[in-house]
Amino acid sequence: MKRVYANEKWCLGCRLCEYNCAFANSGEVNMVKALKGKPIFPRIHVDGDESINFAVSCRHCKDPLCVKSCISGALSIKDGVICIDHNKCVGCLTCILVCPYGAVSEGKNGVVQKCELCLENSCGEPACVKGCPNNAIVYEER
Amino acid sequence: MSVEFLYPEFEVIRNDNRCIACRVCERQCANVVHSYDSDNGIMLSDETKCVNCQRCVSLCPTRALKIVKSDCTLRENANWKDATIKEIYKQANSGGVLLSSMGNPNPLPVYWDKILINASQVTNPPIDPLREPMETKVFLGKKPEMISRDENGKIKCDISPQLELSMPIMFSAMSYGSISYNAHESLARAATELGILYNTGEGGLHEDFYCYGENTIVQVASGRFGVYKDYLEAGAAVEIKMGQGAKPGIGGHLPGTKIVGDVSRTRMIPEGSDAISPAPHHDIYSIEDLRQLVLSLKEATEYKKPVIVKVAAVHNIAAIASGIARSGADIIAIDGFRGGTGAAPTRIRDNVGIPIELALASVDQRLRDEGIRNNVSLVVGGSIRSASDVVKAIALGADACYVATAAVLALGCHLCRTCQSGKCNWGIATQRPELVKRLNPDIGSKRLVNLMTAWRHEIKELMGGMGINSIESLRGNRLMLRGIGLNEKELQILGISHAGE
Repeated sequence: MKRVYANEKWCLGCRLCEYNCAFANSGEVNMVKALKGKPIFPRIHVDGDESINFAVSCRHCKDPLCVKSCISGALSIKDGVICIDHNKCVGCLTCILVCPYGAVSEGKNGVVQKCELCLENSCGEPACVKGCPNNAIVYEER
Repeated sequence: MSVEFLYPEFEVIRNDNRCIACRVCERQCANVVHSYDSDNGIMLSDETKCVNCQRCVSLCPTRALKIVKSDCTLRENANWKDATIKEIYKQANSGGVLLSSMGNPNPLPVYWDKILINASQVTNPPIDPLREPMETKVFLGKKPEMISRDENGKIKCDISPQLELSMPIMFSAMSYGSISYNAHESLARAATELGILYNTGEGGLHEDFYCYGENTIVQVASGRFGVYKDYLEAGAAVEIKMGQGAKPGIGGHLPGTKIVGDVSRTRMIPEGSDAISPAPHHDIYSIEDLRQLVLSLKEATEYKKPVIVKVAAVHNIAAIASGIARSGADIIAIDGFRGGTGAAPTRIRDNVGIPIELALASVDQRLRDEGIRNNVSLVVGGSIRSASDVVKAIALGADACYVATAAVLALGCHLCRTCQSGKCNWGIATQRPELVKRLNPDIGSKRLVNLMTAWRHEIKELMGGMGINSIESLRGNRLMLRGIGLNEKELQILGISHAGE
């Protein structure tokens, strides 16, 4: 299965991926309208310090702790992709607690959000990968 | 200094309706132009630091930024131009020699733009390169005067060593130190994929790049940085650098701040020490001395590799080239006054040397007149900007062209001409690790390959139009060129007729 992988060697820490992610999942067609003057809720986060950076998003684990721990059945696996049903999430945040990568986060309205590889939005391919200026995030089979 | 005489050269224009304060511009600017005002949630900019490299403009996700030339006007006149006045202020401030990067920016004639190329009509057919084979392969090196046969009548094939290029272009010398590891890797990988050569420049060859040796020209310059037996043997050819088009007559000075880690090891000099290349080679004060070095290098490489002698285009270039052609060198590389540099004194860059078009034409003619044109191949550089410049250079008599500025542009350079600061936001002319990694060689080499592939298509189209199907048939074919707006003397030196003649 194709997954999003970070290549820390080339990550500049510019954080464009965070903004492209937030935009892709906003449902808006214009980035300014989607993001200007609002708090953003990206599903990918750049971590690191002055010497190294890398972008972390859901690993889509084969044996995901988040899905096991979900008390409401909001998290499920569809064709290998770990998906979230926002209508079922009760905001207990257990998944955030158990995810070893810190890849699940709290989104708008107190429900949980996570990377779904842009399969659920109009982008069609991961927006973080498409917008990365240095091939530091790739979408590939490994 | 209490009063700042210089108003910033550029203005950073931010469209506040579009700016989403993502701070990408701030993170990407090594000159610290942009900053975030957290009290008001807006981006600020300090244009006094802006060099107009366009990194922020290119990465802004909402296209909220543009950099414009400031129209703040000094009371200039035809004699005291804006730039002249500002240079005076700078020197009055610093007391130092003015430094600049890249090639001569002044409005001196660009002869390529005053030369037109022929095409076939009616009496001789053009060739369609999409349907017919087209040869762009060239061989550089000394060519035999005549065919000779052994006692059995077989043709003797033991000619001097030759360089084979898939197209008549090579990447010219840019040292590791003046440009980054990733820039070098991009050039090396692209040259290998394209079947052409790149040039180490005078900074030695990083140990990781010995694997690209077949596509590498190793340079021996006056500083002799990183030169030893394995280095000479690693390359496909050895180049002796006598001069550089951007700064003829002077040496080089890579500041100690750039001599870090691998650069120090590759150059074989201590970390933090300035790398100073003397103006002359201290063992070359005549053509005879040059011949000695040429032969020493040939001896060291067992006569298996061609030796290139690179000189800047200066007034006496035809006589100099004639001397080099007799020195035992296989290839002469001539660098015109528009050639780029990582740093040169402004006065030298802008006032010393001659245009490559005139140098090439006069050298080719002189070598032909003296019957020694086949002794050497001619490579020209110094602002070859496009496929049409290449075609014109070949028709004027060159065997191949050196390109460097076009290559770094392909890597992302925006010609901001501040390489000497070491803060290249595009990861090219810098050694700062956080900036170097901005140039991913996977992307860089691909862009170089794209550029050269595009040029090769265009060269074939131009050749096809002339009814020529091999680049060898174009070389020195000055009948294919016409001048436009040139005077008699210029036409005479270029050896071409005026348009309409």
